[in-house]
Amino acid sequence: MKSVTVRYFAAFRERAGLPEEVLETGANTARDIFEETRDRHGSSEPSGHCKVAVNDRMVSWDAEVEDGDVVLLFPPVAGG
Amino acid sequence: MSNTKTSMQMTKSAIDASALRASMADVRAGGFVSFEGWVRNLNDDRAVERLEYEAYEPLCLVEGNAVLDEAAARFGVLGITCVHRVGLLELGECAVWIGVAGAHRDEAFKAARFVIDEIKVRLPIWKKEHYVDGPSEWVNCERCAKHAPPASLAESS
Repeated sequence: MKSVTVRYFAAFRERAGLPEEVLETGANTARDIFEETRDRHGSSEPSGHCKVAVNDRMVSWDAEVEDGDVVLLFPPVAGG
Repeated sequence: MSNTKTSMQMTKSAIDASALRASMADVRAGGFVSFEGWVRNLNDDRAVERLEYEAYEPLCLVEGNAVLDEAAARFGVLGITCVHRVGLLELGECAVWIGVAGAHRDEAFKAARFVIDEIKVRLPIWKKEHYVDGPSEWVNCERCAKHAPPASLAESS
């Protein structure tokens, strides 16, 4: 198991009811984290509409997640 | 990688378009194009009272600068500035300002269009609309939802 900090933004933060949490998880990839938190907070958003960053770098959903990483989960963006 | 002067900024204060325009003065430029995104009073037939933008600024700056560098490389313009507002905005306020100076108008128009289109789908910015007649909602832009993450987001930097 590894300890991973997950930070939520905008709609994700409101759905989770908290800005961040620490997961004790067996997740290997960013996608695993996304799915685990989605199940936990009852979201149905497909990952294809969302983005993810690990330790302040945008990464693909297949990026590996290590113990101590900070994973940022971004719902569909709408700037401009 | 190019000689284009670029500037990507996020701000909580009102955008001063004339000051930004003045900051881009360049005697080599024969054309200057600017785009402003304004807060509109209607979306999908619902009356909007105000808007709220949330952003994750560290990555907005990284990704925004990547967009400006790509525009510089593609269109060879002289200067590009992009400023995006965050926080609570009233109707009519400027949410995003983009200015491009180029030797000729064609590349300036193209670069400005490229920058606003990419900014909208790539920067971690979220928009919440506050409606006159009901609870506020986070807006999902349709094009963003369809937009597959570009290569630049996939562990390239």
